[in-house]
Amino acid sequence: MDQSAAQISDDARPRLPRGVRLTHNEAQGGWVLLAPERVFKADAVTAEILKRCNGEATLGAIVDDLAKTFAAPRERIHSDVVKLLGSLADKKLLEH
Amino acid sequence: MAALDLTPAPLGLLAELTHRCPLGCPYCSNPLALDKRDDELETALWARVFREAASLGILQVHLSGGEPAARRDLPELVKAAREAGLYSNLITSAVGLTAKTLGALAEAGLDHVQISIQDSDEPSADHIAGYKGASARKRALASEVVRLGLPLTVNMVVHRANIGRVEQMVELALSLGASRVEIAHVQYYGWAMKNRAALMPTREQVDEAIRQVEVLRARHHGQIVIDAVVPDYYARFPKPCMGGWGRRSVNVTPAGKVLPCHAAEVIPGLEFWNVREHSLAEIWRASPAFSAFRGIGWMEEPCKSCSRRELDFGGCRCQAFLIAGNARAADPVCHLSPHHTLVEQLTAKREDAAYSYRSS
Repeated sequence: MDQSAAQISDDARPRLPRGVRLTHNEAQGGWVLLAPERVFKADAVTAEILKRCNGEATLGAIVDDLAKTFAAPRERIHSDVVKLLGSLADKKLLEH
Repeated sequence: MAALDLTPAPLGLLAELTHRCPLGCPYCSNPLALDKRDDELETALWARVFREAASLGILQVHLSGGEPAARRDLPELVKAAREAGLYSNLITSAVGLTAKTLGALAEAGLDHVQISIQDSDEPSADHIAGYKGASARKRALASEVVRLGLPLTVNMVVHRANIGRVEQMVELALSLGASRVEIAHVQYYGWAMKNRAALMPTREQVDEAIRQVEVLRARHHGQIVIDAVVPDYYARFPKPCMGGWGRRSVNVTPAGKVLPCHAAEVIPGLEFWNVREHSLAEIWRASPAFSAFRGIGWMEEPCKSCSRRELDFGGCRCQAFLIAGNARAADPVCHLSPHHTLVEQLTAKREDAAYSYRSS
């Protein structure tokens, strides 16, 4: 089943699958996403989004929280988050 | 005066826990002279290496071999890696690894499993592995990995005997529930070098396999990640071997020798340090073998003035030595290398000889 960006709904509860971990590492200079035989450097924004993908919060709630925390327009955050999570799902780095 | 250490932090540790393996794959990356069981590092020493690796900034440990399950202390080693804060990846043949041990590994905090499968065609797979029934055991263990909820990568090594079945290999990985599949063309070091003429595909076969991978990636987008390791004998430019010498990876042999890559021992004159005598950090920063080809200062022409010198780092040092006889030369697979015709001669040398299986 294809899970592409457009299909992540506001009710989805995104989470990092087993084998994918977000961690902070001083020597590597910040946040990194550890995945099967791959390591991705995550910028601060990506890390803030992924920290909230715990399988409990819905996409809608995550976007609300980010908009509130960073006092930014909700639509813009919504579109950024959907785009990021969609591309991570394509790489098997996110489930929803 | 305080000195700023600009040596980059490595990302990955390849822990070759043992060279023992029940299979005899003719392209095995282990050296021709295998470390003996009596010389293998003990559990506590590996645990120390994992802690030192994590302090050095290493994020992932690849538990490999030989067959890592030949070590009875494998669950303890996974636990030690987890306690050190490392992401652990088991690279296994699946032969000799029981479902019970796998359960213990999952419990100990294993993050990911990679199983090698020699071919989608079972008799052919068993012939390549030199082990009757290997394929069936691998498929069974792969299902067990998925049942336990662990992410699975299937590693398919591709060469002349199976290169026409890339599509079936990807279908097999999908049917086993893998989230990732590696289509890895043979790299000619160790045992593969010995069997080179028997393994070498034609250029037409390689081109077709590369085209197939593109088609399959589009077809299975979002279902499975397909990573392909390029067959560098047919490339125009060399691979950025190890992402640069002494830049991202550390390899520890079963007996504790620390290498910049698994094949590095073929280069004469390099001095390797052992974790029995030095800390991993000392070895990374100061051992002669790691310093030998770090950066670009060691380069000769045409690499020295090449615009790609910091993209591919001159390619592979081992291959430069093995083919051109000079570890400082450009990797001869590069079309700019004065030794490139040697690679063309090697690709033309194909022979359906019986495999020389690796010894156990």
